Amino acid sequence: MRGLPNFFLWLVVGTVGLFLLLPILVIIPLSFNPEPYFSFTRKMILLDSDGWSLRWYRQVVQDPQWRLAFKNSMTVAAIVTPIATALGTCAALGLRHLPSSQRSVVTLVLSSPLIVPVIIVAAGTYLLFAPLGLTQSLTGIVLAHTALAAPFVVITVSGALTTFDERLLRAAAILGASPVRAFLRITLPIMAPGIVAGALFAFATSFDEAVLTLFLAGYDQRTIPLQMWSGVRDQLSPAVLVVASLLVTLVSIIMAAIGIQQAIFHRRSERFGRRPEE
Amino acid sequence: MRGFVRFRPGWGLLLPLLVFTAVVFVMPIGVMLWKSVHDPEVSELLPATKIALARWTDETTLPPPASFDALSSDLKKLVENARIGELALRLNREQPGFRQLIERSANEIHGDGAPLMETDRRWSDPSSWRLLKRAAETYTPRYLLNAVDMQIAADGSISRQDEQRQIYLRLFGRTIFVAAIVTGLCAVIGYPFAYALASAKGALRSVLFFVVMLPFWTSLLVRTTAWIVILQRQGVLNELLVSANLIGDNERFALIYNFFGTVIAMVYVLLPFFILPLQAVMRGIPGQYVRAAESLGGNPMRVFGRIYLPMTMPGVAAGGTLVFILSLGYYVTPALVGGRTGQLISNQIAFHIQSSLNWGLASALGTILLAIVVVISIPLSRAVAYGRPQR
Repeated sequence: MRGLPNFFLWLVVGTVGLFLLLPILVIIPLSFNPEPYFSFTRKMILLDSDGWSLRWYRQVVQDPQWRLAFKNSMTVAAIVTPIATALGTCAALGLRHLPSSQRSVVTLVLSSPLIVPVIIVAAGTYLLFAPLGLTQSLTGIVLAHTALAAPFVVITVSGALTTFDERLLRAAAILGASPVRAFLRITLPIMAPGIVAGALFAFATSFDEAVLTLFLAGYDQRTIPLQMWSGVRDQLSPAVLVVASLLVTLVSIIMAAIGIQQAIFHRRSERFGRRPEE
Repeated sequence: MRGFVRFRPGWGLLLPLLVFTAVVFVMPIGVMLWKSVHDPEVSELLPATKIALARWTDETTLPPPASFDALSSDLKKLVENARIGELALRLNREQPGFRQLIERSANEIHGDGAPLMETDRRWSDPSSWRLLKRAAETYTPRYLLNAVDMQIAADGSISRQDEQRQIYLRLFGRTIFVAAIVTGLCAVIGYPFAYALASAKGALRSVLFFVVMLPFWTSLLVRTTAWIVILQRQGVLNELLVSANLIGDNERFALIYNFFGTVIAMVYVLLPFFILPLQAVMRGIPGQYVRAAESLGGNPMRVFGRIYLPMTMPGVAAGGTLVFILSLGYYVTPALVGGRTGQLISNQIAFHIQSSLNWGLASALGTILLAIVVVISIPLSRAVAYGRPQR
């Protein structure tokens, strides 16, 4: 697979790459548009300083609706993340103790929230929560988000535990460590990357969730995705682009941080330990 | 004994999440399935009428006189409790015109105590009573039938819905069609990218990975908004074409708020779900098979078609299944960019939950969608498991 096919392959890969990146990147400059339009004005292209402004940024920061949405999103995600992480981590530990036939069934049950279409879960949750007074309340949103977020933690922590060697715990016990100490000093550090990744997934799931929230939230519970939803649907305001740009920037920074941290970790583990394989 | 000791801590740790999932995930789905056949609304609003009509055996004639008295007293009570509107709305859904019939009769009975028969001549028609009796049944197949464009007549016979009310089968068809197109497009453009990602090393791999992961982690609303900004009439693409004089100002393309917009935005949103599992499978394929085939003189097309492609099929099946199932229930993107021609079944479910308040029909549509997802995902997941290399 070299020569001409290679050229075509990279042409296709480049095009697909642009398809993936451009839409996200195109909204960032547009969020500095001083006019309430969604295209590049002549002044913007000519890099005229009149063509760029922080008008919509100012509006978002001052708008009580966006502030409320931000507060709600953070509150919900801040409650969902620890609960989902704790539930998911415990379940992942528990799964290891099951015989493999039971394990696959339980895994399927626990990960089914990822497969069943969210619209079905949202409709059912609404019908269940409405008579219980859990609609139009943050409690209901937190419960529903946790159910969606916990499976991610189960998957990532289980992944971190696949290579875990039970003999380490036996060695710790022989050396006189209590089970609690062995857990804290051996199992927990091995699970840690999985827990962190799972918590990140849980946070992102809750922060980005729109469908369940749309069904369960009232006016006072609207989150960032809902505020964007109405910003796109009712009156398309450039304020939506401002929030979108901020979210993209945030995600890029987090991804870069993870990438750098992994690179450092990788180099360190190359320098120490890791003997060449026999 | 030892097995018992090893058995217990596992379940103890699993129990919290299992209970939580049962209550917050399984129960809602159960409620939805239940509501698609269970409908106590009319029987709660008309308790006396329901009892009286139960004694009505020959449904070709008018029901016994006790039924008239029962309905009169039920209607009177509903007016007093200000709940007559609920009944009127509910029955109007069964048969247009019933809203006005119920409201007028109830007001006349309540106001000047007129006998029911004299308030409207439709009460001397047995078919109105058959409809009432049918509607007062607590368990009903009518929502599930409605969801597949069938109707149950007042005499209990099942037939196809009137021509202009047949919308759901076509919508289910369109949903499956869109899911198939989106999956196909993801496969065509995702396969080469996944190959490049799997075979790249070092910095190039990091860059390609970033290109997939950035949209993957970016908020769904942001990604959908981006396509609106690009494709709408006054959007980036149309402006570009107009300012380059390729099209006139009044010839702008309608690229969004239609079927096309839904498909392109969904491909964009779901593409990472195809690429990521596929590249994981591709990375697990040792290079020596392809090299062996090449050294045996196979031309590149042949080596690809006979060796590489079959070995990557589990990844294609895994990614394809994921994208297909996610597409079937997609709501946000079609709701925002679908316009009229890009609406999917999920939008109807949301509409009946939130706007028309026809929860029975919403539940029935959800039940059928769930059945489709289950039926499709079982053989596909088998194919994924079957295609996996044996260890």
